[in-house]
Amino acid sequence: MLLAGVARPSALAEQKESSIRQNDRTNALPDFRNLGIVARILLVVNAAALAAALVRAQRAAEIDARFFEIAFWVEPALFAILAALYAARGALARLRYAAGFACALAIVAVLTGAMSAVQSLLGRTIDWAGLLHGVVLAVALAAVLLEYFRVRNRAFSPALAEARLQALQARIRPHFLFNSLNAVLAIIRGDPKRAERALEDLADLFRSLLADNRQLIAMREEISLCRQYLNLEHLRLGERLQVQWTVDPGAEDALVPPMLLQPLVENAVYHGIEPGLAAGTIEIRIGMEGDRVVVGLSNPYHAEHQHRQGNRMALANIRERLQLHFDVEAKLDAGVDGERYRIDMVMPYRRAP
Amino acid sequence: MTPLRVLIVDDEPPARARLRELLDDCRAEVPNAIVGEAGNGIEGLDLVVSSTVDVVLADIHMPGMSGIEFARHIQGLEAPPAVIFVTAHDQYAVEAFELNAVDYLLKPVRASRVASALKKAAAGPRVTREVLDRVDPLPRRFLSVNERGRLTLVPLTDVLYLKAELKYVTVQTGEREYLIEESLARLEQEFAGLFIRIHRNCLVARQRIRGFERLADDEAEASWAVLLEGCVEKLPVSRRQWAQVKALARS
Repeated sequence: MLLAGVARPSALAEQKESSIRQNDRTNALPDFRNLGIVARILLVVNAAALAAALVRAQRAAEIDARFFEIAFWVEPALFAILAALYAARGALARLRYAAGFACALAIVAVLTGAMSAVQSLLGRTIDWAGLLHGVVLAVALAAVLLEYFRVRNRAFSPALAEARLQALQARIRPHFLFNSLNAVLAIIRGDPKRAERALEDLADLFRSLLADNRQLIAMREEISLCRQYLNLEHLRLGERLQVQWTVDPGAEDALVPPMLLQPLVENAVYHGIEPGLAAGTIEIRIGMEGDRVVVGLSNPYHAEHQHRQGNRMALANIRERLQLHFDVEAKLDAGVDGERYRIDMVMPYRRAP
Repeated sequence: MTPLRVLIVDDEPPARARLRELLDDCRAEVPNAIVGEAGNGIEGLDLVVSSTVDVVLADIHMPGMSGIEFARHIQGLEAPPAVIFVTAHDQYAVEAFELNAVDYLLKPVRASRVASALKKAAAGPRVTREVLDRVDPLPRRFLSVNERGRLTLVPLTDVLYLKAELKYVTVQTGEREYLIEESLARLEQEFAGLFIRIHRNCLVARQRIRGFERLADDEAEASWAVLLEGCVEKLPVSRRQWAQVKALARS
């Protein structure tokens, strides 16, 4: 009784906390380190400057001169703001949405004012009215932009929820499930210990498949999932399946979408190893290039093995999920390179907590 | 009752082990003896030819040669064994089997199903070549040539051209020629991606075409011959086929 009484409030608290986090995901400041976000800010601000130049110009020939006049004031402040937001991203993200919103606007106001003041002083006069005017315009534009990003984020959130469904669609082939069960049945009498381990691996694999796949996970977890999967395939295919892992320990704590590697490794087995009479090797490289995580995967290519449909679906699915999580900063390339089929992925490095 | 002589063809060692166990389990009900095991269709064909086999348990999804292609080749033998297909999950094949009353087992396989399939195979009618052609959507990878009771497999990729003469079709490779009892029209249909018809009686391998040579044009219209890589013979292109062959040569 007492235990139950203690347990209940904490369960409630947990529930509340998770619902707050849920809320956070839809009402959040944009990721100021995301290339796509930065590009959109640059585009909108410069478009606004151009629009202002169009309004101010008396004749068509004046437009560029007016634009440069405005750009002279806008660009230094814009880059200073972007740099500051880049640096403050972590701190801003930890705040409640309203507070983060206010802080971001404060950064815009202060930096616009400061940069304009510095530039004016270089010209030795300060036009206080003009400066105030600029700051008000900058804050208004920033508020509009932040609201745009919030609305866009909201519109994308159902898609993020759908990522879980999509991960399910990139599911393990029934072909694999039934063949594995058949292989386990074959060793139950002769090697019960191995059969136990195989069933445990199979259970873990399906637990991951059925899990909530919206949250990013550490690369380490995804790698161990792939190893369990490959253990099962090894039971079935024996020496025909050779795997060569090269993992940079630095990349192990990178955050990645769940089920990022497993479907690709499964495709490599299905299209690269199973159609071959001789043994084949799957190479998996996971490394760091600067602040980006690079993943390379290759397997023997069998031109005559034509069932490419499943592979294309898995690739499209992973590409889509990478885009959902990393926008334009992630990339996936796939193609035939001589005797081997290669997949290369790049994504920004975000450290797992 | 003499025991049924059974051959197991599956590329996965545990799958073969499982079938061995199950055949053992149902031995009291259906007497059977395992005469051999093969890891792929090509080895399986050797065993079918070299030993007496009543029933083959053949996995469908195998490297080198699918179980269905394996079954198509053994139909060329004088007294082919019955085939029971085994598959984990091959929706297309299973539908085709249902439609054509072909017997099959699903992995994981059960002993009771093995017993009933063996009984049926021992008594019932065998699957025919026509049915297998219908069941298998993919072209074969080999042509099988029956020479004095021996089965020779000729990979399609080795074939330069196929030429119809009277009852037979000549299969020409870089090394030698073989005779098979198949219709050129059916071969053209099955291997449409690999071969192109240049004449009423001749299909040539698209990949091997090196060029064209103008034959003596004493008549009003010129006629052409195909030059194939690894082949000294010049194969005449009929007027009817020339437009099509030329279009291919351009692309």
